Amino acid sequence: MTFVMTPLATAHLKGPHVDFAGLSPLIALLGGATLALLVGLLGSRWIRAQVVPALSLAALGAALGLTIWQWNAQKSIVSGALRIDDLSLALNLILIAGGACTVLLAWRSLAAREAAHGEFHALLLTSIAGMSILASAENTVALFIGLELLSIPLYVLCATEMRREHSLESGLKYLIVGSVGSATLLYGLAMIYGATGATDFGAIASSLSHASLATDPLTLTGIALCVAGLCFKASVAPFHQWTPDVYEGAPTPVTAFMAVTTKVAALGVFLRFFDVALIDAHGSWGPAVAVLATITILVGNVGALGQSSLKRMLAYSSVGQAGYMLAGVVVATQLGVAATTFYLIVYLFMNMASFAVIVARERETGLGDGIDAVAGLGRERPWLAWPMTISMLALAGIPATAGFIGKFYLIDAAVSGGYTWLGVAIVIGSMISLGYYLPVIAAMWMRESPAGETPADRTPPPMGPPGPAPGALPVLAGGSPELDAEPSHGLQPEVVLVAVLAGAATIFFGIVPQPLFDLVHQAGGVFGLF
Amino acid sequence: MPALSILIWLPAACGLLGALLPARLSKDGRERVPGALALFGSLVALALAIGYIADYKAAGPHLQHVTDVVWIAELGIHYKLAITGLNVFLIGLTTLLFAVATLATNLRSGSPPPERPRLFYFHFMLAESAVLGAFAAQDLALFVAFFDLMLIPFYFLTGGWGREPARVKATIKLVIYTLVGSLLMLAAAIATGVLAAQRGGGHITFVLSSLQALPLSTGSQEWIFLFFAAAFLVKMPAFPLHGWMPDGYRAMPIEVLMVFSGILSKVGAYGFLAIVLPLFPRAAAHFQTLMLLIGLASIIYGSLQAFSQRDARLIAGYSSVAQLGFITLGIFALNSQGAQGALLQMVNHGLVVAPLLFIVGLLAQRAGGSEDIRDMGGIAFRAPVLASMFLIVALATLAMPGSSNFVGEFLILLGVFKAKLVIAIIAFSGVVMASVYALRLFIGAMHDRVGKGVHSREISLRDGAVLTPVIAVILFLALYPQLALHRSEASVKSAVVRAEVNARVGSLAAVGSATPISLASARPPDVANPPTNCRRAGTHVVCSYESRLK
Repeated sequence: MTFVMTPLATAHLKGPHVDFAGLSPLIALLGGATLALLVGLLGSRWIRAQVVPALSLAALGAALGLTIWQWNAQKSIVSGALRIDDLSLALNLILIAGGACTVLLAWRSLAAREAAHGEFHALLLTSIAGMSILASAENTVALFIGLELLSIPLYVLCATEMRREHSLESGLKYLIVGSVGSATLLYGLAMIYGATGATDFGAIASSLSHASLATDPLTLTGIALCVAGLCFKASVAPFHQWTPDVYEGAPTPVTAFMAVTTKVAALGVFLRFFDVALIDAHGSWGPAVAVLATITILVGNVGALGQSSLKRMLAYSSVGQAGYMLAGVVVATQLGVAATTFYLIVYLFMNMASFAVIVARERETGLGDGIDAVAGLGRERPWLAWPMTISMLALAGIPATAGFIGKFYLIDAAVSGGYTWLGVAIVIGSMISLGYYLPVIAAMWMRESPAGETPADRTPPPMGPPGPAPGALPVLAGGSPELDAEPSHGLQPEVVLVAVLAGAATIFFGIVPQPLFDLVHQAGGVFGLF
Repeated sequence: MPALSILIWLPAACGLLGALLPARLSKDGRERVPGALALFGSLVALALAIGYIADYKAAGPHLQHVTDVVWIAELGIHYKLAITGLNVFLIGLTTLLFAVATLATNLRSGSPPPERPRLFYFHFMLAESAVLGAFAAQDLALFVAFFDLMLIPFYFLTGGWGREPARVKATIKLVIYTLVGSLLMLAAAIATGVLAAQRGGGHITFVLSSLQALPLSTGSQEWIFLFFAAAFLVKMPAFPLHGWMPDGYRAMPIEVLMVFSGILSKVGAYGFLAIVLPLFPRAAAHFQTLMLLIGLASIIYGSLQAFSQRDARLIAGYSSVAQLGFITLGIFALNSQGAQGALLQMVNHGLVVAPLLFIVGLLAQRAGGSEDIRDMGGIAFRAPVLASMFLIVALATLAMPGSSNFVGEFLILLGVFKAKLVIAIIAFSGVVMASVYALRLFIGAMHDRVGKGVHSREISLRDGAVLTPVIAVILFLALYPQLALHRSEASVKSAVVRAEVNARVGSLAAVGSATPISLASARPPDVANPPTNCRRAGTHVVCSYESRLK
C-alpha cells in the first residue's frame, strides 16, 4: 500500500483563502449573537432586560468599527464567495444603523420580553449578519446562504408577540411566502448554473458574454425566476402581497427593521447580481424590471391611499419606495448604483423616524397604530410630531428634506440611463403618495387629540386567549397595542432619541447632502459600469 | 449692498427664532414676541429689497448681486442667486406684501390674533423666504426646490388657522393640485439638465445661464414645456386648472390669502418669463396659440364668474384668474411690449389684490361677519376714508386710465395686437368686464341700500396703517410706472428674444418651407435690438439685426 500512501503523505490540504480582517464585521455580529443568547440564559431579570440589549449595541458598535477599519479595501474574502468593496461597506453601515435603531426601539418592547431577550437579540443580530452576507455576496451559493440567514430569524421575529393572533399570523404568512420566494430564487440560480456552469458572479458574467448565452432560453428562465425570487424579498409588485399583512401584524420594532434593512439587503443583492453577473443580459432583463418597477410604484402608492392603520400604510409606501429604487437598478450605470445607495441611506432615516413615533404612541395610547393615535400630536408632543412631519414630507419628496434630493438623484439616473418614462413614473408615484402622507400631517397638526387615553385611565387587558374580552380595549385596525404589564409613564427617551436623530438627519442631509454624495460616489464606481 | 442670501433667509431666521424662544406672555396674556420678531424680519427684508431696487442698474450686467456656490457637485446644482430686471420688482412686491400682512396679523383689531403664534409666524416667515428664494434663484433645480417648498407653509397655515368649514379638505385639495403640477415640473427640470448635458457633451448643470447656451431638440422642448406649463398654470391659476381656487380662497385666513393671491400666482407667471421662454423658445413659439387661448379663456371665464359670485372673496379670486389671464396673454404675445406689460401687471395685480382682500375682511367686520355682498351695502355711509381707499383699489383693479394697471394692460394688448389680432380684439372685452365686476363689488358693498345687520364705522388707525403703504405705492406707480418699465426693459427683451424669433420664423414658415434658426449656433443676438427684418431666401430665412459691430 506504500504507493498509495506516498501521494497522500506528500499532498497537503489547501484550505480556502479566508481573509479574517475582511470577515471581522460578520464575526463581530455572529459572535455578538451567540453572546447575547448565552447571556440571556442568566437568571437575573435585570441582566436579561438591560445587559442583553446593551450587548447587542456593543456588537453592532464593534461591527461598525471593524467596517470603518476595512474602509477602502477592495478584496475578495472567503475565496471569492464574498466581496468587500465600497458598496458593501456602505450597505453595511446602513444595516448597522438600522439594527441599532431597532435595538433601541425594542429595548422595552413587549416582543423582546415575550420572546426572551436573549433569543430576540440573537435572532436580530443573526439576521443582520445574513443581510451583510447578502450585500457582499459574489457567489450564488453565498447569496442563498445570506438570504436564508436573513429570512429565517425574521420569520421567528415576526411572531414574537406570541399571545397576539396577528403576530403569529404574520410570522406564519412570512414563513410560507418567504419560503416560496427562496425556493423560486434557488431554482433560478440552479438554472443559471446549468446554463453557464459557474456559481461565481464574475465567471457567470464572462460565461454569458463569451458563450453568447444572453438570449439562451435556459438563462432567461433562470433570470426570470431569480427576479421573481428577489422581488419577493424586496416586496416588488406583483410579489408584494405579503407585505401589508406581515408588516401590520409584526411587532412594530420588527416591522421597522424589516421595512428598512431587508430592502437594503435585497436591493444590494439586486445591484450586485444584476449589474455584475448578468450585465450582458441587460437588454433582456432591463425592460422587464423597468415594467415591474412601474407597476410597483403604482400598486404601492395606490394601495396606501385610505389606509387607517399607519403600519399598513407604511408597508404599502415601502412597496412604492422599492419601485423607485429599482429604477436605479434598471439603468445599470454608475449613476444608478450611486442613486440607489443614496436613496437607501435616506430611506433608513425617513422610515426610522416615523416608526419610532408609531412605537412611542402605541406604548402611550391604547389606539394601536391607527391614525387617531397621532391626532393632535403637534400640540401634545412636538418632539414626536416634528420627526413624523419631516418623515412624511421627506417620503413625499418635498424640498429641504433628504427625500427630495434622493428622488432627484433617482430621476436623474433614470433619465440619464435612457429611461425617461421611468422618471415620470417616479414623479407620478410621488403625486399619488401625497394623498396618504398629507392626511397624517393634517391629523397631527390640524385635529384635536382623542380624549381619555392617558395610561392612568386604561385598564390593562387580560392576558389570555385572543379575542375581545369584556372591559378590554378594542384592537384597532389590526394594530399591536403594546400594552405592558408595566404601563409606560410618558415618553421613553430611547424611542424619542431615535425619532429626533432620524428626523434631524433627514433635514440635515436635505440641506447639506455632500457627505452622503461623497460616500455613494465611491460605491457607485465599484462595478466599472458606464 | 449685503449678500442676497441675507434678504432671502432673514425672514425664516426670524420666524425660527420666534418659535424657539421661550414663551413670554404680555400683559393681556398673549405671546407678542413671535409676531414682533416676524414684523421686524419682514420690515428689514423690505428695506433691503428697496435698497436692491434703488441699486439696480438698468444698463448694467444681466445678473447683479450674484451669489454662486456649488451646492451638489455630483448633480450640477448650484446655489445661485441674483437680481435681474425680471425679479427685482417682484422681490420688492413680495417683501412689501409680507410686511403689510405681518403688520395686519399683529394689529388685528376686529378679531383675535392668531392662536399658537409661534408656529403661525414660523410658517409665515418660512413662506416668505421660500418665495424670495424662488424669485432670486438662477439655477433650475434650486428654483424647483423653492417652488415646491413654498407651498408647504401655506398647507400648515390654511389647515391650522383657516376658517371652517372644511378647511382641512380645502387645504389638501389645494396642495395636491399644486404639487401635481410641481412634481411634473420636477421631472421636466431634471430631464432638461440631463438632455442638455448629453447634447452639449459636458458635465450636467442646472444653472440657467449655462442651460440657455445648450438648447434642446424641438421634441424634448415640447413635452418639457407642457410639464412646466402645467405647474405654472395651476399656480396662477389659469382657467382649466383653477379647481382648487374657490375652496382654497374660502378657507384661508385673510392675511394669508393676501400674500397667497398677491404673490404666489406671480411665481408661476415669473417662471414662464424667466425660465420657459429663454430655455424652450421653440416650444413656446409652437404652443403660442394654445397659451393665448388659455389666457383668453381665463379672462372670459374669470370675469363671467366674478359677475355672478356673491362671496366677496371669490369675486376677488375670480378677478385674479382674469387678471392672470391678461398676464398670460402678455407673456405669450412673445414680443417685448407684451412681456413688459405682463411684468408690470404682475406687480400691479399684487399691489391691488392684497388691499382688496384686506378690505373685504374689513367689510365683513362691518356687515355682521358675513362676506356675502348681499349682506353688505351702504357701508360708505359713516366710513368716507375707507370708501376712498376702497375706491382707489377698485379703480386700479379695473385698470382705469391714470392707474399703472392701465399702462400694463395697454402694453399687453398692444403686444397681443401685434401677435394675434383676433385674440386681442376678444381680450379687449376683458377690460370692459373688469370694470363691471370691480364696480359691482364696490357699489354693492359701499353704496346701495344699507344691508341688514350692517354697522358701518370708519376705518380704524390700525387698519389704516396696514392699507396706507400699499395704496401709497399704487398711487406712486400710477404717477411713475416708468420706474418699473425702464429698469426691467433689458431683461425682458433678452428673456423674450429667442421665442420671438422662433415665433416670427414660424409665421413666415407658414408661407413656405423654411428651417427655423438655431440661435445657439448663430451669433448671440444683440439683446437691445431684436431682429426686425426677416425674409425668406430660398429654403432659408434670413433675419437682420440693427447691431453695432464692435
